[in-house]
Amino acid sequence: MNLNSKIPAGPLADKWTKYKSTMPIVAPNNKRKLEIIVVGTGLAGAAAASSLGELGYAVKCFTFHDSPRRAHSIAAQGGINAAKNYANDGDSIYRLFYDTIKGGDYRAREANVHRLAECSVEIIDQCVAQGVPFAREYGGLLENRSFGGVQVSRTFYARGQTGQQLLIGAYQSLSRQIALGTVQMYNRHEMLDLVKVDGKARGIIARNLLTGELERHAAHAVVLATGGYGNVFYLSTNAMMCNVTAAWKSVKKGALMANPCFTQIHPTCIPVSGEYQSKLTLMSESLRNDGRVWVPKKKEDAQAIQQGKLKGVQIKEEDRDYFLERRYPAFGNLVPRDVASRAAKVECDKGHGVSPTGLAVFLDFSASMVRYGKIEANKKGLTDLTDTQIVALGEEAVSAKYGNLFEMYEKITGENPYKEPMKIYPAVHYTMGGVWVDYNLETNIPGLFALGECNFSDHGANRLGASALMQGLADGYFVIPYTIGTFLANEISTPKVKNDSPEFMAAEKATKDLIDKLLNIKGNHSVESFHRRLGKIMWEYCGMARNAEGLTKGRQMIRALRDEFYKDVYVPGNNDEYNPELEKALRVADFMELGELMMMDAFNRNESCGGHFREESVSEDGEAQRKDSEFAYVAAWEWDHTEPVLHKEPLVFENVELKTRSYK
Amino acid sequence: MSEDIKLNIKVWRQKNNKSAGGFETYPVNANEHMSFLEMLDVLNEDLVNQKKEPVAFEHDCREGICGTCSLVINGQPHGPNAGTTTCQLHMRHFKNGETIVVEPYRAKAFPVLKDLVVDRSAFDRIIQAGGYISVNAGQAPDGNAIPIGKNKAGKSFESAACIGCGACVAACPNGSAMLFTSAKVTHLGLLPQGEVEAERRTEAMVAQMDKEGFGMCSNIGACEAECPKEIKLDNIAFMNRSYFKAVFGGELE
Repeated sequence: MNLNSKIPAGPLADKWTKYKSTMPIVAPNNKRKLEIIVVGTGLAGAAAASSLGELGYAVKCFTFHDSPRRAHSIAAQGGINAAKNYANDGDSIYRLFYDTIKGGDYRAREANVHRLAECSVEIIDQCVAQGVPFAREYGGLLENRSFGGVQVSRTFYARGQTGQQLLIGAYQSLSRQIALGTVQMYNRHEMLDLVKVDGKARGIIARNLLTGELERHAAHAVVLATGGYGNVFYLSTNAMMCNVTAAWKSVKKGALMANPCFTQIHPTCIPVSGEYQSKLTLMSESLRNDGRVWVPKKKEDAQAIQQGKLKGVQIKEEDRDYFLERRYPAFGNLVPRDVASRAAKVECDKGHGVSPTGLAVFLDFSASMVRYGKIEANKKGLTDLTDTQIVALGEEAVSAKYGNLFEMYEKITGENPYKEPMKIYPAVHYTMGGVWVDYNLETNIPGLFALGECNFSDHGANRLGASALMQGLADGYFVIPYTIGTFLANEISTPKVKNDSPEFMAAEKATKDLIDKLLNIKGNHSVESFHRRLGKIMWEYCGMARNAEGLTKGRQMIRALRDEFYKDVYVPGNNDEYNPELEKALRVADFMELGELMMMDAFNRNESCGGHFREESVSEDGEAQRKDSEFAYVAAWEWDHTEPVLHKEPLVFENVELKTRSYK
Repeated sequence: MSEDIKLNIKVWRQKNNKSAGGFETYPVNANEHMSFLEMLDVLNEDLVNQKKEPVAFEHDCREGICGTCSLVINGQPHGPNAGTTTCQLHMRHFKNGETIVVEPYRAKAFPVLKDLVVDRSAFDRIIQAGGYISVNAGQAPDGNAIPIGKNKAGKSFESAACIGCGACVAACPNGSAMLFTSAKVTHLGLLPQGEVEAERRTEAMVAQMDKEGFGMCSNIGACEAECPKEIKLDNIAFMNRSYFKAVFGGELE
C-alpha cells in the first residue's frame, strides 16, 4: 500500500497558505447539495460541524451523549497554546512548531505540525469572538501562563476550566447552525459501522440509544471526530463513555491505525484507592509550576508512610528526594509528561512510594506557600510576621491560583492539600496514536476524514500540555472546512446517496447480528469485569515500561480474554430499549481488538520515544533512547483478525535536526 | 485504612417513559472512599451477577464538569454537599446502616426515560433559540482588539461555568429554568462581543423556555442553593432587566 501523505511542495512556512489558495473548492450552490456526516461533538467535531454548516454544506452530526455539550473535551483544565507572542517573550509560529516536534520526540510530520502552529493564532481570535471568557489582565488584555516542556508563556486559559469554556463556545456555534437548519443533530446516537460504496465512505450505521433502533445514514463524506482510546486501559482520565468504536469500525473497513502504542501517561493524577475505582482524576499540569515532586530518601520512611504510621510533613527536609529536580536540573518539576511519569515509576518501583499501595509520590506546595507568603507580606509592607502568618498569606495566594484544583483533590481524597502534600501517580490520559490521515486529514478510505485526538497526526510520540485543545479546534474550524473540498469538489455531480443500497443493508445486518450475538451469549461475567481485566493486562504489559517478552505475553493474554468474552459475557436486557450494558459490551469488544494491535505496535517499535518506553532501548544513564535510523516512520496498521499488516510512512525532516531530547 | 459501610439504597425504577415507576430497595456494601456513582456501580455489578437488570443512571466525566450526572439524593439534587456534583460526592459523607433515597429529577420539562435517566434536551433548544454570538469561523478580529475588564471577564466566566445539569430545575418547586437561561444570557450579555444581539437573544431564549413548559420564577432561591457550580441568583436579575429592555425598550444597565 502506498501511503501518500500529500504534503504540498514548497518552503515549510508557505505550504499551507499556498495550498489553501490553490486547492479545489465547491461553489455555494453545490455545497447545499452535498451531505456530510460528522461523528462526535467534542472540540473537533462541534467546530467542524458548525464550520461546515456555516459554509452551506448539509451536515448531519451525531453524538452518543444526551447533548452535544457533554463531550470529554469539556474536562481539559489547563489551557490552549497559541503563538500570539502577546507576552513578548520570543514566541513565534516557528517556535511553537519546533517545541511541538521536539516534545513529540520527532515522530510527527513537520508540515502538519507547522500548520497547527499557524492556525493556533486564529483559534484564540475565534474563541474570543464567540464569548469565551479567557483570563485577562487588569488592562483588559488576554493573560498567558507557561506549561511543561516549553520556555515561553503561550498558554491561554479560563481558570481551571479551559476545555469547558472552549467546548461551550463550539457548542453554541453548533447550536446556531442547528437552529438555522444547516446541521441536523442526532443526540443519543452511536456510530456502530462505516458504510463504503464503491470504495468511498458514504455513510454510517447508528444505533438510537433510547430505542435500540439501527439507522442507516447516507452522505457524500464522513468525518470522524470521536476522540481517543485511553479507556482501553479501563482506568484512565477519560470519561466513562469514551471509546474507540467509531474509529475501530472504520479500521475494520480498511482505514489504517497509526502508531496505536503511543499513549500519554500523565504524571499528576489522584492515585487509585481501590478495586471499585471507575476512573482516575487528573490534577492539572499547571500545578507543577509551583508544586515540588518528592519521595522519602529512606525506604523505611516510605514504608512507614505506606502503613499509615508516618506522615509526609514529618519527613525532614534532608530526608526528602526531589527526584525531578535532582535528575533534570534545567527543567526541574516542569519536564514533559512522559519524563515526569517515568521518573515517578522508577521511585515507586524502588519501594519509595507513599500511599498504602506504594504507588504514589508527593506533590508539595509548602515551599511555594512560604515563597508567595513572603511576596504578599512585602506587598503589604508587613515585616514582623511569624512563619505561620507567612504561610497563611501564602495559602491565600496558592488558593487564588489553584483553588478549584485543591478543592477537587480534597473532595476526592478527603485530605487537605494545604496542610498535607498531595499524593499523585501517573495515569493514562491521551492517545497520540489514531486513525492514519494525510495532510488533508483524509484517511486512506476516500471520503473518510479524521480530526482531533481521533487521528494520529500532530503530537508524535508525546503531546505537550495545552496542545490537544489547539489541535481539536484547528482541525475543526480551520483545516477541514478547506481540505474537505479536495474530495467533495469531485463529487458535485454525485446525486444524493441512497441509504438502501446493498452495502447499507449488509452493514446494518452485520451490526444487528453482532448485537444479537452479544445478547445471546448469556454467560456468567459482567462486561465491566472483562473491561477491568483487559485494562490490567494493558497496564501491566503495555503501560509505562514495555519489553518484548511482556508484549508477546500480553498479546496472547488479550486473545485468550477475547475468546472468553465471546463465550462468557453476560449482557442483560434487550436491544430494543435504553441499555447501557449493551452499549458497553459493544465498546469493550472493540477495545479487545485494539488492545492486541497496541501490543503488536509496541513490540514492533523497538526504540524508546516519547510516551513509548522500551526497556531494551535505554541510554547508560537510564534515559529513553530513540533509534532514528530504524524507526523514523509512522507505523500504519491494516487490521486483520489473525495477523495485522504493517505499512510504513517514512518521516522526512527537512527543517529540524533530530536531536536527543534533553531536559537536564 | 478505609472503612466499609453497609447501606440500603432505595431507588426509583421505571422501565420507560410510558410505564409507571416505583421504589425498590437494595443492600450495598460500600466503602468510604467510593464516589456515589462508584457505589451505584457496585450495586449494578451485584445486580448483573444476579442476572437482574442494573439501575440506569447517566454519568460520563466523573470529575464534575460534563453535567451528565444528575440524581436527587435524599431529596436534594446532587446530594447533600454544596457546590458538588453527584459524581464528586463521596461515600464518607454517609453513615453505616443508612438508607439513601435516590430519585430522578422531577420536572414537567424533564420527562423520565428510564429509572434515573431524564430527557434534558429542552436545555439544548433554549440555547439554540439564541444562546450564542453570531460569528462564523474566520470572521474574528484579533483577540486583543477589544479589551475587557478583568472583573467583567471574571463575572462573565462565573455565569459561563454552568454545566447544564438541570439541578436548578429539579430543585425549583415550580420547575423553572430561569437560573440556567439567565446564566447564559449573563455570560454573553456582559461581554462586548455579545452585547450586540443581547436583546434579541434574551427575548428568544425566554420564549423558548416558556414553550418547553418550565415554570415561573417566584424567587425561592432553591436553584442557587443546589447548583453544583454555585451560579448566583443575580443572573436572574440581569436577565429580567435585559428582558424588560428587549420588550419595552430603554437602556440596559
